[in-house]
Amino acid sequence: MELDFEVVELDEADHPDVGDVAPDFTRPLVNEEYWEDASLSDLTEEGPTLLVFHPMDGAFPTTYIWNEIDERGFVDDVQTVGVSVSTPYEHKDLLEKRAEDVRLFSDPAADVAATYGIENDLDGMTGVTEHRPAAFLLDESRTVQYAWAAAEWPAFPEYDEIEAAIDDLV
Amino acid sequence: MSDRDPQITLYRLQACPFCERVVRTLDELDLSYRSRFVEPMHADRNVVKRVSGKRSVPAIVDEHTGVTMSESANIVEYLTKTYGEGA
Repeated sequence: MELDFEVVELDEADHPDVGDVAPDFTRPLVNEEYWEDASLSDLTEEGPTLLVFHPMDGAFPTTYIWNEIDERGFVDDVQTVGVSVSTPYEHKDLLEKRAEDVRLFSDPAADVAATYGIENDLDGMTGVTEHRPAAFLLDESRTVQYAWAAAEWPAFPEYDEIEAAIDDLV
Repeated sequence: MSDRDPQITLYRLQACPFCERVVRTLDELDLSYRSRFVEPMHADRNVVKRVSGKRSVPAIVDEHTGVTMSESANIVEYLTKTYGEGA
C-alpha cells in the first residue's frame, strides 16, 4: 500500500564511523539537578558511553527516542548522554518526564552537529540548524564501536543494532 | 586537568547579581572554579540544600579547606581572607 506522505532525503552524513575516534567537545551538561561544563572525554574516561543526538526537546521524535531508550534500559549497561540545541532549562524539563539517569548536553548553535557532520537545517524555521538523529557507541578511548546517523527525516535509531553493539562491548 | 578539576565549586543562578559578585572575587583572586547552575525556582534546588543546608545561591564548596558556605558577603570575606594578599 502506498501511503501519501513525504519522507525527506537528507544529504549524506559525513559522520565519524566505526574505528574512528569521536571528536571531543565541551558543552553544558544537564542532569536532574544542575548543569556544568563537561567534556565528552571526561565521560568516556569513566566508561563506555552511548552518545545520542536528537532534535530539539519537545519535537515528537525526541520524545519517541527517549521513551524507547528508557524502555530498553540502555542506561543500565552504559552511561547514556544526549545532545540537542535545546537550552539547559528545556533539558531539565525533559529529564523530569523521561530519559531517566541520562544527562543531556546543550549545544544551541549546533556546532557539535557540524563537527560530527550531522547538521539538519530546518525547513520553515529560518536560521535554525539542529542535530539530525544519530547514535554513537564509544569505548573508554572514545573510539566509535557503533555509528548510525539519519539519512532521511524523520528517522529513528536502529535500537536493536544499538542493543547488540552494547552487548558486544560490555 | 587543574582547570577542569578545580577545588572550588560555585552553585549559581544565571544572571544573579550576588553570584556575579562571588565570580568577580574568584576572578580577582585568580582562583579556578567549577560553575554549577541551578533553577530559579527555590523548590528545585535540592542539590544546593543537600550540600549547604540552604537553598540559597550563591553557595560554594571548597574542597581545599573543606568549607561549604552560603551568602555572597560571607563568601567574599572567606575567599579574601583565605586566598587574598596576606592570607
